[in-house]
Amino acid sequence: MEVSGKAVKFGDNIDTDVIIPGKYLVYTDPKELAKHAMEGVRPDFYKVAAEGVIVVAGRNFGCGSSREHAPIALRHANVKCVVAESFARIFFRNAINIGLPVLECPNIVDVVEEGDLLKVDLEKGTVLVVNKNRTVKGVRLPKFILEILNDGGLIEHVRRKLSK
Amino acid sequence: MNIVEKILARASGRKEVSPGEIVEAEVDMAMVNDITGPLAVEAFRKMGAEKVWDPEKIVVVLDHQVPAESVNSANLHKIMRAFADEQGIEKFYDVGVGGVCHQVMVEDGHVTPGSLIVGADSHTCTYGALGAFGTGIGSTEMAAVFATGKLWFRVPETFKIEVNGQLQKLITPKDLILYIVGMIKADGAIYKALEFTGETISNMSISGRMTLCNMAVEVGAKTGIVEADQKVLEYLKGRFESKSVLPSSDADAEYEKTFEIDASGLEPQVATPYSVDNVKPVSEVQGTPIDQAFLGSCTNGRLEDLELAARLIEGKRVHKNVRFIVQPASRKVYLEALRRGIIETFLRAGAYVGGPSCGPCFGGHIGVLGSGEVCISSSNRNFRGRMGAKDGKIYLASPATVAASAVKGEITDPRAMEV
Repeated sequence: MEVSGKAVKFGDNIDTDVIIPGKYLVYTDPKELAKHAMEGVRPDFYKVAAEGVIVVAGRNFGCGSSREHAPIALRHANVKCVVAESFARIFFRNAINIGLPVLECPNIVDVVEEGDLLKVDLEKGTVLVVNKNRTVKGVRLPKFILEILNDGGLIEHVRRKLSK
Repeated sequence: MNIVEKILARASGRKEVSPGEIVEAEVDMAMVNDITGPLAVEAFRKMGAEKVWDPEKIVVVLDHQVPAESVNSANLHKIMRAFADEQGIEKFYDVGVGGVCHQVMVEDGHVTPGSLIVGADSHTCTYGALGAFGTGIGSTEMAAVFATGKLWFRVPETFKIEVNGQLQKLITPKDLILYIVGMIKADGAIYKALEFTGETISNMSISGRMTLCNMAVEVGAKTGIVEADQKVLEYLKGRFESKSVLPSSDADAEYEKTFEIDASGLEPQVATPYSVDNVKPVSEVQGTPIDQAFLGSCTNGRLEDLELAARLIEGKRVHKNVRFIVQPASRKVYLEALRRGIIETFLRAGAYVGGPSCGPCFGGHIGVLGSGEVCISSSNRNFRGRMGAKDGKIYLASPATVAASAVKGEITDPRAMEV
């Protein structure tokens, strides 16, 4: 599985309240949630992400609430993958379960600048910074997690398993 | 093995597990609320599932947007009512019946020592107060749990946090956990478990242990836990009759790190905007003017918390520039506070006392902050925009500090107030 897009950069401890503020949790429609993705730190994110982007962030991305609305908002805002130095546990699991690729990649913020073109290879766990011709190694996901992502999320994964 | 490993081993039918291993475990209890529940129901249907694995092991609590403040919320509540009814889920808490989910879970005997509980809410780690392994999961995972009763877990490494020394007058478990969060930092325990031990913890009430375990997730931890003791058994009387052996850590249990804390000299602690780990002693922030004070939430909305705050505010008035919002964490807490005259004390002082909900804490409704406003809160998060306006500022503190500040109109050391 390979995804590509321009990098949009964020700092450390990006919490779920800024990814999708609490007042929007009354919505379950992914399109509605997507409009408010990252509103807490970057109100124009929805427009920026439209072309398909890769979010690059520092430590503890997605800390805070268990709201799945957070990865759903990012995925439907056209985020192809989140590459961060580390992730909060619940966000990490939620992202995989709803089919948003995530990759833990120490030092990624030192190498990538806003607007760099990235190619993420999830099987290998690497990030290629195309315009710099540099490859950064991340933490490869276990096989059973890659399978969930390849199926597009846990719902499709369970359905596929049940239909076998 | 330590207590966390023992619980995961038991739940996954293994003799032994060690950190880093991934196990499939059977869940003893699963909880959803009105915000995370509807997404779980939707995912459950999309998976092609029809019946939940065990309706006796599912708890549904409406607590976030209660009573419904919008048509959207009312419709989310309808989804959960219909699901509970269709699936025969009897542990369903509608508006007015229960309260904040974590309080209801513990107080109504749905949490038992040694059990493995998942909740579609990050503060599910609160259940560690009774020696249970509680952890937050997302809605889609919850749908898989509803369908199968199972979930995969990575066995976490554990940090042992040993606390000794007596907490001084008006210093509370909240001050202790804020201090610990400030020390470990917001990402210091990602995917780890925290085990709290030591004489300070042994002497602590169940309510205080809930406050402690509740905030384990604020350092990224998967769970926080205290070994169940005689106090827990006393607490469980009349709620749940447990004959099972209480799990405890072996003498040779392994820990990734051990922290030793002397709590005897602890000052009141305050987490300043916009991060829970931005913790300072109250002396460094006192005098900061506030617009609102909030007492409530799954962190600090229990009887002990209300009682302490009421003692400080008794016979005084809420400052003219402040609105003081008080919410007991459950119907039962509310009723007992009413009986003891605590609610009357708040009302006489000029506080707004509302029914239980998560509303103010997560900026859902009730007590939302306006632009640039400052709130001192007994809740657990002070992220940017958490309680409303993006530039609103939240300072987290103990019920005592919140009450003292509400009276003075600025952040105040409760020890400076006559009690």
